[in-house]
Amino acid sequence: MQQLPHSSLSNLPSAWLNALSSQLINEESILAWLEIDLDHQLHFATGIVIATDKRVLAKMADDGTWQTWTYQQGLQLTQRDHAGVGCLELFDPQARLAFWRYRLSNVMAANRLIECFSQQLDYHVSGKLPESSQTSAQCPHCGAFLSAEQDECPVCEKQNHIPPSTWVLLRLWRFAKPYKGRLLIGFLLTLCSTAATLVPPYLTMPLMDNILIPYQNGKPIDTDLVQFYLSGLLGAAILAWMLGWARTYMLALVSERIGADLRTTTYEHLLNLSQEYFGGKRTGDLMARIGAETDRINLFISLHLLDFATDVIMICMTAIILVSINPWLALVTLLPLPIIAWLIHLVRDRLRIGFEKVDRIWAEVNNVLADTIPGIRVVKAFAQEKREAARFHAANQRNLQINDRVNRIWSLFTPTVTLLTEVGLLVVWVFGIWQISQDEITVGVLTAFLAYIGRFYIRLDSMSRIVSITQKAAAGTKRIFDILDHVSSVPESANPVHLPTIQGQIELRHVGFRYGTRSITRDINLVIQPGEMIGLVGHSGSGKSTLVNLICRFYDVTEGAILVDGHDIRTLPLAEYRKHIGLVLQEPFLFFGTIAENIAYGKPDATRAEIVAAARAAHAHEFILRLPHGYDSLVGERGQALSGGERQRISIARALLINPRILILDEATSSVDTTTEKDIQKALDNLVRGRTTIAIAHRLSTLREANRLIVLDRGKIVEIGNHAELMAREGFYHRLYLAQARNVDEEERALISAAEHSIAGEHK
Amino acid sequence: MSATVTYQLTRNSYGRLVLTDQSGVMHEGVIPVRSFPITDPGQGIALINSHGHELAWIERFDDLPETYRVLVESELAGREFMPEIKRITEVSGFITPSTWHIETDRGPAVLILKGEEDIRRLTASSLMITDSHGIHFLLRDRTALDRHSRKLLDHFL
Repeated sequence: MQQLPHSSLSNLPSAWLNALSSQLINEESILAWLEIDLDHQLHFATGIVIATDKRVLAKMADDGTWQTWTYQQGLQLTQRDHAGVGCLELFDPQARLAFWRYRLSNVMAANRLIECFSQQLDYHVSGKLPESSQTSAQCPHCGAFLSAEQDECPVCEKQNHIPPSTWVLLRLWRFAKPYKGRLLIGFLLTLCSTAATLVPPYLTMPLMDNILIPYQNGKPIDTDLVQFYLSGLLGAAILAWMLGWARTYMLALVSERIGADLRTTTYEHLLNLSQEYFGGKRTGDLMARIGAETDRINLFISLHLLDFATDVIMICMTAIILVSINPWLALVTLLPLPIIAWLIHLVRDRLRIGFEKVDRIWAEVNNVLADTIPGIRVVKAFAQEKREAARFHAANQRNLQINDRVNRIWSLFTPTVTLLTEVGLLVVWVFGIWQISQDEITVGVLTAFLAYIGRFYIRLDSMSRIVSITQKAAAGTKRIFDILDHVSSVPESANPVHLPTIQGQIELRHVGFRYGTRSITRDINLVIQPGEMIGLVGHSGSGKSTLVNLICRFYDVTEGAILVDGHDIRTLPLAEYRKHIGLVLQEPFLFFGTIAENIAYGKPDATRAEIVAAARAAHAHEFILRLPHGYDSLVGERGQALSGGERQRISIARALLINPRILILDEATSSVDTTTEKDIQKALDNLVRGRTTIAIAHRLSTLREANRLIVLDRGKIVEIGNHAELMAREGFYHRLYLAQARNVDEEERALISAAEHSIAGEHK
Repeated sequence: MSATVTYQLTRNSYGRLVLTDQSGVMHEGVIPVRSFPITDPGQGIALINSHGHELAWIERFDDLPETYRVLVESELAGREFMPEIKRITEVSGFITPSTWHIETDRGPAVLILKGEEDIRRLTASSLMITDSHGIHFLLRDRTALDRHSRKLLDHFL
């Protein structure tokens, strides 16, 4: 650690650097520091604790002087945390010398500080130089082990919190890109069809000036000319119809595909997110996002965006035509446009927030349903139907409330645009009549203007609608991209190490895991040899399942590292790594499908012979044959009802089929009775043979086979050894075992007495 | 009612609470824990030993002798960290993750909101906001906030 430091001095917050430089005595170098962000009463305040090669220094911003402690025998620096606040304490043998509190964002710095402190203390007390630091590189920020290929730390990387840009809709371009060509054709078609629709009003001008007005003035009607103009009108209409059909069809086709891509991409991404993500989300909300939101975006692209584009093109073209006919009248006609644009802008923000709220409340309504329907048995058993109905009613009520508020603004919006339209028309009339009276324009020009402007303002009206629809789509897009932007908290390594086969050696190095602010496991060190069977023992909540989840990489360790055959599991490709692991859970989950499909879930290309062999080894073959359709029987939701033990044996067969080197049994036999357990145990014995096995079991008797038992208590390893050794030690395991044995005895006694009672009852 | 307390409570030189029970057994590192930290902080405080087992139950603070009450309260003050938001001065954006500059009863602070789902509704007017490091910020009454804060907050609800 001593070789590191001078460069790190420059990383020290500049505010402290000046204050500190006067403090340092000859050639003292700073090794580590911790920024303190809370005071003793847990108010926000700043301070710093520094470990140098001579002593420990500390100062809070308000303190006048630095506190210092030189390294000496018996000094001790420890940290603990509770509810997101860490506490660093400095002890000597007699008392606590000082303590500091900080938010857990600094926990890595605290650990580094303690590490440096204890190394220096060792050096000052015993004169021994600290061992050179580990061979594997460590992240400078968080201390996680990095493999040779990794430059950036995967742990730090995921903690970036950069908000996405506001122009979320533009991000949909990622999905539109593959359809560039077709989109371009669609755009050209839109241009042409819009141009075609602008021909008829233009023709009203000569119709008026060259035919109708001269006729009123006594000239006969020129039928040829009338025919020419009218056929022009018809031709333009038919052309517009055809082009309109082509572009609508083309763009709908594309948008449908974009929508489908969006849906599948989102779902794929969702599946790759860690379990942590699913733990924090509600099913109803996620389902609504993938289903309803993608549909809304889809509709937006195919219908509203298309309309809007047409409108913009039409307005531009119309403006050009109007200016070319008469610039002054055009100016007056176009005057309300900026006002309307300003109005649209004004309402935009309010509406967007409103619509986002509507969406969120809608997800809440869904959540109530998603909560209640799966738990319907509990609802009915406790007769809480009324309460659930009230909950749904309340959610709906809030939905109404928020919708009402949004509608209040929204309902004012459209009539205002209509009013402006009318006022605009009025202005054109007034100015037009005045210009005619001045002989500046003909009646035909005014008619053409009025015809154009009619369309023009109608389009503006519908354009104003795009505001809300765009906002809704943007809100939906944002919610979709919320999922897409969520980086899995178990990120795939950038330069993965491929291990086609593994030995099955697992090493846990200083493993710590924190869920939220709760520290669940701390500093676990363990090496499991290939082929060894390990039993994890401890009270519930002692961290057994967490450890298993960490080994499976459902979560990533917050501190330390897990190595398989010497490789950090964070450097292995996830899917490849998990292929080496067979997992049998307490509650086996069967998908809807045949038994054969369920057994072959981890290896879909398995042959029938393999499936049968796996089922035989799992002692599932016979009961499967007893089912009406054998291996083709449907199971899972809406399928054949299987007992817990039967389902468990299918899941054991599933694990057997992928032939994993590492096997994890998470309370595999807890949910079944003792007789079934024996069946399952036989199946498990086949499974365990020759594999590295980690078993969690509540019933200690099922772990007799284990080579070693690891006894966990509150996130720490307290004892290691086999059954006999641990019993002889009379420690934690011994107590646990006795407590359980007593329970079993009591259960049996209770059973016997109950049986006696019932027999006695019968005799009476 | 001031119930008689059957144990002794002291603080040792290591800064730990020590509870000596009736049979004279000393428990070092006793931790007070509130049962309802949000809904009813004053009711039901348990004294827990370092193994997580309950040693004593305090129904109400008033049940404790004055000296013990001060001890327990000071220990709680050093353990509980739920800053109460008094004002939201600035938010970086209405799209999460968003950085909020806030004023709390424990001084000004910055929190990073990862997603709207980290805002938990406690009652109609009170909220609990969890930041990216898992620290809980309490908003006791959002109707009592000033107009600016309410407006900013409203974007996220």
